[in-house]
Amino acid sequence: MFDSLSDKLQAIFDRLGKRGILTEQDVDAALREVRVALLEADVNFRVVKEFLARVRERAIGAEVHKSLTPGQAVVKIVHEELLKTLGEGGKLDLGGPPPRVIMLVGLQGSGKTTTAAKLALRLRSDGRKPLLVAADTYRPAAIAQLETLGKQINIPVFSEGDKTPPPQIAQHAIQKAIQGALDVVIIDTAGRLQIDEAMMREVEEIKARVKPAEVLLVADAMTGQEAVNIADAFNKRVGLTGLILTKVDGDARGGAAISMRAVTGVPIKFLSTGEKPDAFEVFHPDRLASRILGMGDVLTLIEKAQQQFDEQEAAKAAEKMLSASFDLEDFLSQMRQIKRMGPLNDLLALIPGMKDLTRQISPEMTERQFKRVEAMISSMTREERRNPGILNASRKRRIAKGSGTSVQELNQLLSQFREAQRMMKQLANNPRLRMMSGWMGARRR
Amino acid sequence: MPSLRDALARTRNSLFGKVQALLGQADITDATWDELEALLLQADVGAATTEKLLAALKQRANNEGIVRAEKLRDALKDELRKLLLPGGAPAPYVYDKTRLLEVILVVGVNGSGKTTSIAKLGKLYQSKGRKVLLAACDTFRAAAIDQLQIWGERAGIPVIAGLPNSDPGAVAFDAIQAAFARKCDLLIVDTAGRLHTKHNLMKELEKVRNVLRRSVHEAPHQTLLVIDAANGQNAINQARGFTASVGVTGVILTKLDGTPKGGVAFAIAGELGIPIRYIGTGEKIDDIQEFDAQAFVDSLFEDGQG
Ligand SMILES: Nc1nc2c(ncn2[C@@H]2O[C@H](COP(=O)(O)OP(=O)(O)OP(=O)(O)O)[C@@H](O)[C@H]2O)c(=O)[nH]1
Ligand SMILES: Nc1nc2c(ncn2[C@@H]2O[C@H](COP(=O)(O)OP(=O)(O)OP(=O)(O)O)[C@@H](O)[C@H]2O)c(=O)[nH]1
Ligand SMILES: [Mg+2]
Ligand SMILES: [Mg+2]
Repeated sequence: MFDSLSDKLQAIFDRLGKRGILTEQDVDAALREVRVALLEADVNFRVVKEFLARVRERAIGAEVHKSLTPGQAVVKIVHEELLKTLGEGGKLDLGGPPPRVIMLVGLQGSGKTTTAAKLALRLRSDGRKPLLVAADTYRPAAIAQLETLGKQINIPVFSEGDKTPPPQIAQHAIQKAIQGALDVVIIDTAGRLQIDEAMMREVEEIKARVKPAEVLLVADAMTGQEAVNIADAFNKRVGLTGLILTKVDGDARGGAAISMRAVTGVPIKFLSTGEKPDAFEVFHPDRLASRILGMGDVLTLIEKAQQQFDEQEAAKAAEKMLSASFDLEDFLSQMRQIKRMGPLNDLLALIPGMKDLTRQISPEMTERQFKRVEAMISSMTREERRNPGILNASRKRRIAKGSGTSVQELNQLLSQFREAQRMMKQLANNPRLRMMSGWMGARRR
Repeated sequence: MPSLRDALARTRNSLFGKVQALLGQADITDATWDELEALLLQADVGAATTEKLLAALKQRANNEGIVRAEKLRDALKDELRKLLLPGGAPAPYVYDKTRLLEVILVVGVNGSGKTTSIAKLGKLYQSKGRKVLLAACDTFRAAAIDQLQIWGERAGIPVIAGLPNSDPGAVAFDAIQAAFARKCDLLIVDTAGRLHTKHNLMKELEKVRNVLRRSVHEAPHQTLLVIDAANGQNAINQARGFTASVGVTGVILTKLDGTPKGGVAFAIAGELGIPIRYIGTGEKIDDIQEFDAQAFVDSLFEDGQG
């Protein structure tokens, strides 16, 4: 479904051809596909509707910049509006007299307890002294879970068992923080449905008692259409100051983030990207925007690519990568490029499916290792480089000798190459990448 | 953004309730179809499945000469039900009584409700006279073992566990031995939450499955994927990923006590042919029901809570 968005857009771009001004038809044709992509990304239906209306208004009659096709121009506007909707990530408000209190709220299983530990770890590395508070007295072993995490990262956890009501636990924790000269208190609350009246009242009461500087809604990136109602309800009851999107390390498009942001107006502050306590990132709208649009981070990639390496080379590499004839020469020149531009690794990792490849050709490869690989490939004949299949035992011995390496090492290189080649073939079937190559090509011209 | 909020207030929690109201109205118009589309999409049915459903419905409206909107309702229910019952009614899972030990493997992404559902399932089967044992094969997540043990105590079901961070395959193996030794006839295996995109974690899961397979004939006899009903279209990827790795035989749809309608179940059953087996409707041990397609479809047409 998603993979075909870029295909569809590409087809539309082609049909639209080159004209100076975006017409109604141009825009509507492109927006139909964008609509499906946003829906499949779980952006709420009504949010999509409003969003597209805004884009449409901006796009119709807009002048198309010389370097872009009309289709690209529409996508650019979509992207910009998406960025606007997502907003800039917000910082935590931790000024003012200590201890500052952060409350985490959300549905069951969204990742609150894990996120509490992550926040604590981050704040400590910012020079703060956090206290974690186990205020979930309902879920079996919720307290043990936070205590275990606290131990893992060596951060104190305040708990009073599961008999004390959570608002009281929270209040006692503040006292404890003051006594211990701890300056941030992070309260882990139980998961609750926004329609559970008793539980919502409880969370209101906790808030009333501890007067938190931050009330953060922890929400699963996989959340569907209901994200709007969930975020809206929590916001109305407890006044959110920010959102944290979890489980972003999967393949969820994360459209729920747009929905929640649109309905609450509060900033997305962090992304949680794994189960380990350090898998936590400050939110940047551009990555998420491209992801929601279903184009990997193609847009970011194009921008970065422009800054970081010669466009011609990039276009050539992209074309080459997608052609079936990826050979040892390309492998070598790719390694050279990646060596030369460490950040390219990050760059490639932005493309879906590319992570595996970059692991194969790693920039961590030492200079010495690289020299050896270079030596081996240089010792091959042109024919051998183009068609490594012909490398028999005697050819291999010759190459090893010529390059001052071993047959074993050569075999290792060859299997690495075959793996890269296999991935290239897979990637060649990835329409996002094909589009990228098209775009790079277009810029080159 | 007040207009959005107003719009939400209007539709909140009564998506399919609205279908009902809508379909109670006069003649079918373009607006009827637009509203229908909106309503399906907002229940997480997904763009692709919604499109298919509407196409089928339009065809039927044509063929059967349906002109009144209310007649569409029955047709829609019918189509929805058909999606849930891939290839007609799926054979209900029947436990082979000659089997000494039945093994159920429970899998799913993080936080979907596996551990809780296992406690519920255990209790359910126990009340049907089965002798149940639980295996705590989530050795990774903080206090996951304690969590299952507490549930086991509450339900009066023994739990076999290893040490935190020990090999889940080894725990599975121990649990099977224990199940035989104690003459249990049902072993339910809890596993760590994992995203289907994580290669290594999926390999680890396959290892656990292999241990079960090697130790008991044809095990695991059921592999149940736990899906959070609040999930949107990613649930389809989950179903695909887990099926490719360990061969999912059924789905437990949890947290249906919330406002989400779990519409992605239609795509999972319809497109992937994986039957929904159970639904979770709360955090208490009895909050589980066998899935009933008719009731599920009907419930979509009722007003939600709140
Ligand atoms: N892959 C991944 N897993 C995560 C992430 N954040 C949390 N998890 C996992 O999600 C599951 C649920 O996390 P918890 O922190 O227990 O969620 P919670 O919101 O506290 O759950 P309740 O207290 O039951 O409402 C656990 O298995 C976590 O390890 C993330 O960013 N990525
Ligand atoms: N409201 C509601 N909450 C549920 C339901 N099923 C599970 N939960 C809650 O969801 C949260 C996560 O449940 P778990 O059983 O720990 O989920 P899990 O899949 O085992 O999580 P990990 O092992 O961390 O991946 C807990 O707070 C449960 O109480 C349900 O049907 N309804
Ligand atoms: Mg928790
Ligand atoms: Mg669990």
